[in-house]
Amino acid sequence: MTDQHHDDHHGLAHTASLKVLLGTGGALLVLTILTVLATKVDFGTNLNLALAMFIAVVKATLVVLFFMHLKYDKGFHSVIFVAALLAAALFVGYILLDSNQYQATIIWDPLNPPVAPVGPKLIP
Amino acid sequence: MATNHETSGHEPNFYEVKRGLKSWLYTLDHKRIGLMYLWGILGSLLLGGAFALLVRIELFSPGQDIVGQDRYNQFFTLHGAVMVFLVIVPGIPAALGNMIMPIQLGAPDVAFPKLNLTSFYFWCIGATLLLVSIAMGAVDTGWTFYTPYSLQTPTAVLPAVMGVFVLGFSSIFTGLNFLVTVHKFRPQGMGWFQLPLNVWALYATAIMQILATPVLGITVLLLFVETFMKIGIFDPQLGGDPVLFQHFFWFYSHPAVYIMIIPGMGVISELMTTFSRKPVFGYRFIAYSSVSLALLSFLVWGHHMFVSGQSRLATMVFSALTFTVGIPSAIKVFNWTATLYKGDIRLKTPMLYALSFLLLFTIGGLTGLFLGILAVDVHLHDTYFVVAHFHYVMMGSTLVAFLGGLHYWWPKISGRMYPERLGQLCAVGVFFGFNLTFLPQFVMGSRGMPRRYWDYDPEFTIFHQLSTVGAFVLGISLFVVVCYTLWSAKNGPRATVNPWGATTLEWQAPTPPTLYNFETPPELHELYNYDDLEQVADVEWVRVSKPEGADAVAKSSADH
Repeated sequence: MTDQHHDDHHGLAHTASLKVLLGTGGALLVLTILTVLATKVDFGTNLNLALAMFIAVVKATLVVLFFMHLKYDKGFHSVIFVAALLAAALFVGYILLDSNQYQATIIWDPLNPPVAPVGPKLIP
Repeated sequence: MATNHETSGHEPNFYEVKRGLKSWLYTLDHKRIGLMYLWGILGSLLLGGAFALLVRIELFSPGQDIVGQDRYNQFFTLHGAVMVFLVIVPGIPAALGNMIMPIQLGAPDVAFPKLNLTSFYFWCIGATLLLVSIAMGAVDTGWTFYTPYSLQTPTAVLPAVMGVFVLGFSSIFTGLNFLVTVHKFRPQGMGWFQLPLNVWALYATAIMQILATPVLGITVLLLFVETFMKIGIFDPQLGGDPVLFQHFFWFYSHPAVYIMIIPGMGVISELMTTFSRKPVFGYRFIAYSSVSLALLSFLVWGHHMFVSGQSRLATMVFSALTFTVGIPSAIKVFNWTATLYKGDIRLKTPMLYALSFLLLFTIGGLTGLFLGILAVDVHLHDTYFVVAHFHYVMMGSTLVAFLGGLHYWWPKISGRMYPERLGQLCAVGVFFGFNLTFLPQFVMGSRGMPRRYWDYDPEFTIFHQLSTVGAFVLGISLFVVVCYTLWSAKNGPRATVNPWGATTLEWQAPTPPTLYNFETPPELHELYNYDDLEQVADVEWVRVSKPEGADAVAKSSADH
């Protein structure tokens, strides 16, 4: 039965070779060292942060693909995984974007409050 | 309940397989778990309804009628919290969905029966914690628990939010279970577009339950951290940001509105086609619109925060996105209306609820568009206009759909018919009572009556009085529904296998179903094709021809 055969190809049925596991582990170690080394060079705060985040994303991707076997899993599971990441990114990203814009209006120095918004002038 | 039930076949039905309290407390049968949910939800409905009536009595005339301001704040908070978290969110998925969805798939149970029972016990624990908060002096924050007030009030906020936290897990477990059940327990021959629309709706709901509800848990957890560890997250006194709480809260609670309404839409799709004796118009559009509503629900949470201090950019973006929600909602309403067109409409009780839903949801949906317009929302925000709008959606639509579904599937689950005339009378009572309660609230809201106020100007008296009278008509109708449902479980006339002449698989199962739902594997017929069904009595239909070329459901109960 085709469906039955297809169902056998879930993550548990796959065993990653030692070569792949050691290769992934080695790549993670190298990337960790690279992260530390990257902090020793001053590219400016934003670039340093972006570089560190980029390396972290590459490491997480390796873990998910090879240690968590997503590479060998059904494509649908990758869709679910990416969709969950997108939902989290939407939530965190949009809130950060918004709170960055309104911070100055809600949290201020009591000695130097922001100017209150001015409404339309009342017509006497 | 477990006595005097007969299955039309030979196997004992699911009431008769095992008896006694223990057999219910340890049950893994989705129907029993659904029934336990149902009794819990109906009890909570009466509790939440009692708080609503107390609120309405207090507002009958200006000034104090029965309670002071503080007690009044507790009444409306408990009304909201009980109704949202204990009744409407779990109502259709956990009670009706649990009882019916696996049978609609021709499956013997849900994918994870133990998780299903765990979900019910989590609901019980959450409900208990909410009751504990009432015993400890109740909460007065409103169901939204907005900071910084919820961090400062001396009332019992912590047990209440702990209850909400646990109820969230219950909801996630149900969603996960349904998602896997739909993927893995469909019988051979039943593709995605042979699924009943009720299953599509529950599937869309499950996506939201899994993706959105964890955010509620995170929010509540952060409240705990802030309260006990004094780390500034939401409280400005500690360097926190109260608008952030609203972002967190509504990122869950807006999809939660769709967790409430989409299962109701699934029920209504079933009712419309069955009682119009016509295939549902635009099946695929209705199916896709459920999923698109689920996805769009994640993009519009900021429309609850137009006057919160949210940035201008965000308000404009959220306002624009809000209007997109109108498209899939309208697709559903137009398609249901087209289903009615030239149909052989039968005005049985479930159909009366379905028609009520069509009118009430249209009003609720359209008034939502008013509130999506920035310039209008500034004036209507936090007025009774908003109260009326969300009651038309959450109560007028979801609860009415729940009642329609309850009447529709009750004969299958209980094996007994409810009293039809009384059912119709109560359906009319619910419709008129509801409109009498909430239509005046649109008017007084648009005239500036703020929500959650204990006192008001005398010019609003007549609207409040109409509203209170309506609430009593509604409350009495609902109370009678609960009473005759309980009565009919033991004393109603016996139900036939297919009392409504419906085409989905649950109507091939014995009445009441056996432990694994079917004695013989059900046959797949063309979905929503009523040509082969013949009415032999008022509430008895039989199939007059065998399916041509239709695949028999190969996966019998034993396969699972």
